[in-house]
Amino acid sequence: MSIFNDISAIQNIIYIFSSILFISGIKMLGKEDTAVKGNFLSAMAMFIAVSVTIINVVNPIIVIIGIGIGALIGSLIALKVKMTSIPEMVALFNGFGGLATFFIAWSEFNAIPDNVFQYVLIMLTTYIGGVTFSGSIIAYGKLSEKLKIQKDSIITKLFTTLFYLSILFLVYSTALTSFIEIPIDFYKVLLILTLLGGIGFVLPIGGGDMPVVISLLNSFSGIAAAFAGLLLLNNVLIVAGSLVGASGLILTVIMAKAMNRSIGNILFVGYASTSKSSGSQETGEVKPINVSDAYLILENATSVLVIPGYGMAVAQAQHVVRELGELLEENGTEVKYGIHPVAGRMPGHMNVLLAEANVPYDVLVEPDDVNPSMDTVDVAIVIGANDVVNPSATEEPGSPIYGMPIIEVHNARTVFVLKRSMSAGFAGVQNPLFFKENTRMLFGDAKDSIGGLVSEFKE
Amino acid sequence: MEIYALLGFVLILSIYLGLELISKVPSTLHTPLMSGANAISGIALVGALALSSDTQLQEILALLAITFASINVFGGYLVTNRMLKMFKKK
Repeated sequence: MSIFNDISAIQNIIYIFSSILFISGIKMLGKEDTAVKGNFLSAMAMFIAVSVTIINVVNPIIVIIGIGIGALIGSLIALKVKMTSIPEMVALFNGFGGLATFFIAWSEFNAIPDNVFQYVLIMLTTYIGGVTFSGSIIAYGKLSEKLKIQKDSIITKLFTTLFYLSILFLVYSTALTSFIEIPIDFYKVLLILTLLGGIGFVLPIGGGDMPVVISLLNSFSGIAAAFAGLLLLNNVLIVAGSLVGASGLILTVIMAKAMNRSIGNILFVGYASTSKSSGSQETGEVKPINVSDAYLILENATSVLVIPGYGMAVAQAQHVVRELGELLEENGTEVKYGIHPVAGRMPGHMNVLLAEANVPYDVLVEPDDVNPSMDTVDVAIVIGANDVVNPSATEEPGSPIYGMPIIEVHNARTVFVLKRSMSAGFAGVQNPLFFKENTRMLFGDAKDSIGGLVSEFKE
Repeated sequence: MEIYALLGFVLILSIYLGLELISKVPSTLHTPLMSGANAISGIALVGALALSSDTQLQEILALLAITFASINVFGGYLVTNRMLKMFKKK
């Protein structure tokens, strides 16, 4: 008996050491110079915590099989995935973490809890873990464009109802724990409703709001792990889980601020119902431009600002964009990249794509840095971005996106907009930028258009 | 019951610490931070290893929990590292 006590005491001491490593790791992950080291420290923390837990594990065969399969699948996905698919892959991994806590809670229910606290924790861990899992799978489906269900379809409405029902059932069952021992059948209903509810949570949320949803699900997976830690009385689970919960929460708030919307509005209302009018019915002539004319203007520009959006990711245009940037610099032009926080489908999506194409991160600038000096920019090239450069956000108080911080490209001397067609952006708002005096539309696939400019420069 | 109050205290302090530590993250690091934090949430693996397996159902649940948490841990750390290696200064 005393040996077991000793092992448990040693484990707890090492868990504290591991927690300190996690804390320093995540701190360093937040700074450019130390990020790689921070990730390594956090991996070390994980290794130490897992190793010290394995010492007195009950069933070694299960452990070896489980970790073996998990390591194989996880490593394969991580090393094979293309950088453009990072958003959906993060969603998938996140879902798996949630699923693990879901199973932990389920198993603990079968271990027959001996007090009300444990019952409540099991309910909460089951719910948060389960919603993280099924919600992340739906996010994965939406991000990889394998799942296409309309917001106002009957299926979406059905699942949304199930989501609200699942919350009610969770509240009901946690309240019930004070009075009776929860029967297994009752718990099974919670298991099923939780998974269906998670689907209903994410299904109605549109693609452009995905940065918020992913951050929030990220936060949930941490909170689920922290609750599992309370359930199992394990301090390292609590500390590490809380850190993840906090970082996810911060990103969620940053994303919501960048859209000038409340988190509640994003999750439960969506763009379409924020305003009936779709902003100004701006009409007028759009002025198309072809590649060779665009080249002539670029050749004489002294400063160029590139604003990428989700369209650049779809067209896989980041490599030709970098090539164009290099050619412009050889030509004596100053090139910067204006990155809006919510451009793309996850926080920092554009930064990752440009990094993959070898664009150094110190030429990437944020809206606040670039807006004051916009009138000195000769050419702003908008590649597949729409709502984040929509001047309605600053000019029209009636617009659904009014108040959202944007990159004010309309103040640049000339604007090139690379676009496939004249369709509205995700928000469904017409973009007056396209009709401005200084705007030229370069229609077509972004990769082809930029490629055309590159070959003009090479001639 | 006292243990829950104590661990609840640890929970609140850790969340506060997390909010303080990460409040100012440059947008370049948003994705790696999310992916790195995601890997940390694989700490559920430690919880999964501590599960008892008295019944067959519990054995299966433990195996599943360990497997999925491991995918999260290995995949998360590797992809974060891959991503961070791409970020270069001029």
